Amino acid sequence: MSTTLLPLDVHAIRRDFPILSQKVHGKPFVFLDSGASAQKPKQVIEAMRFVMEEQYANVHRGLHYMSEKASDAYENVRDKVAELLNAGSREEIVFTRNATESINLVAYTWGRTALKPGDAVAVSEMEHHANLVPWQMLRDAHGTELRIIKITDSGELDWDSLEQVFADGKVKLLALTHMSNVLGTYTPVERLAKFAHEHGAKILLDGSQAIVHRAVDVQAIDADFYVFSGHKLYGPTGIGVLYAKAEILDSMPPFMGGGDMIASVSYQKSTWAKPPHRFEAGTPAIIETIGLGAAIDYVRAIGFENIAAHEQHLTEHALSTLSGIEGLRILGAAQDRGGVISFVMKDAHAHDIATLLDRQGIAVRAGHHCAEPLMGRLGVTSTARATFGLYTLPEEIDALATGLERVRKIFA
Amino acid sequence: MSEALYQSIVLESSRNPRHAGRPDVFKAEGQSENRMCGDKVSVFFNGAELRHEAQGCTILAASAELMCEAATGKTTGEIAILSDKFEHLVKTGQETPELGELNALASIAQYPSRLRCATLPWSALRDAIARAGSTGGPANG
Ligand SMILES: Cc1ncc(COP(=O)(O)O)c(C=O)c1O
Repeated sequence: MSTTLLPLDVHAIRRDFPILSQKVHGKPFVFLDSGASAQKPKQVIEAMRFVMEEQYANVHRGLHYMSEKASDAYENVRDKVAELLNAGSREEIVFTRNATESINLVAYTWGRTALKPGDAVAVSEMEHHANLVPWQMLRDAHGTELRIIKITDSGELDWDSLEQVFADGKVKLLALTHMSNVLGTYTPVERLAKFAHEHGAKILLDGSQAIVHRAVDVQAIDADFYVFSGHKLYGPTGIGVLYAKAEILDSMPPFMGGGDMIASVSYQKSTWAKPPHRFEAGTPAIIETIGLGAAIDYVRAIGFENIAAHEQHLTEHALSTLSGIEGLRILGAAQDRGGVISFVMKDAHAHDIATLLDRQGIAVRAGHHCAEPLMGRLGVTSTARATFGLYTLPEEIDALATGLERVRKIFA
Repeated sequence: MSEALYQSIVLESSRNPRHAGRPDVFKAEGQSENRMCGDKVSVFFNGAELRHEAQGCTILAASAELMCEAATGKTTGEIAILSDKFEHLVKTGQETPELGELNALASIAQYPSRLRCATLPWSALRDAIARAGSTGGPANG
């Protein structure tokens, strides 16, 4: 049991998350898989119920009361996202389905116009497949090159490798994770943005994990693109965000064609709406967007300073508790790391660990975490991974440690 | 805690396998892989003898070992029947005497996400038999 004072009133927060009071296999539910997708507070659930019961119609289309209400609520979330990221303007926020779609959008539109065959895109060894595969597809379709920046054994970006990759001046985009979903490493994004810009490249940051734990200021970072998914930030699935600087969005052709993204349409020719609507073809995820708005209100009311302090506290507690378990190895040892902890155990495969923990009510993820090349780099085929959210208690990490001791005994 | 799945026979089979390792000569090799988790298994068919090479979790390794033990010396016809019975076992959890030690994996039925770990070696074995058949292979029944 941890006796230190927590930066957050986690018990009060937990009461906002109805699912956390469930029992799993007759045991209290210990949810350590928020990094894959977070649970939802009742504020989010209620906001989505409210829009469906009291304020629903299609957006931007009807000249009637309900449509105006729904459109306002929907567009209001764009302001909330712009504030969350400290974007220069609300028009820099494009709604997508998830981080994956946001990156694909950039690869497909900006990638095929701003990049020329022979230009290079650089990613790191610790990217999620979402920030690797779209660049491979661009390479194969458009003739760009894909370069990989190495990481060090501690799981940090290898600066020498970065410089090498940029040395010939061909790299025009640095696409990097802001926080690794396997190693928990935060990347030094401000320094990296400066580096990319000095070398004539743009920078895209995959904020899927980082956005959950830290205040993100895209202007302070000087990010050209920033992406994340709503569902990891305590919001619903089906809604994601692409931030891009206004002048970049202006220069980008549409992603998909259809309703809402046009200025005018005739059989001969259509002209495109201005950003962000140019990139939001078809009826959007109205209800989910409003749910995301509620999630943003929720985390901002708690405050990122508190959230970050809580994450730091849990991470330190986990690192010290888990490293005491015989035969357990934590992957990565970055200086700046957060609430994502991957580990392997001697003689116990990650899947066996996850199954045995599950029987104790403890949910962790096991597998390659959509980062197969990184698994190869780390010399493992899969890992078990515990990830933390703002509702995670130090006692749950203690429960994990106890569970892992049982696993160890079974396989000893 | 329900740890029925990890009973001693399962742990023992995965830890101290008697049928593991690639033989120097064999008639056919069958493979099966779970792309989702990276588990892989090869089965080597050599007439009466079966061997396996499993890379993955305890359940996979135990299932491969118990399978080789149970299927060694059987005709391909008998193996097909055994394979169907095993499939039924891991889906329903209902044990049958003919399955002998394979019954140790019955409780996998309570772990739907792990079903594939148990059935993967059997797909590899079917693959091996099919290959052996197509090269005019061994024992058939
Ligand atoms: C670092 C990182 N990038 C991208 C993604 C993809 O997110 P989504 O599946 O919501 O598009 C994830 C989540 O799995 C992630 O952790």
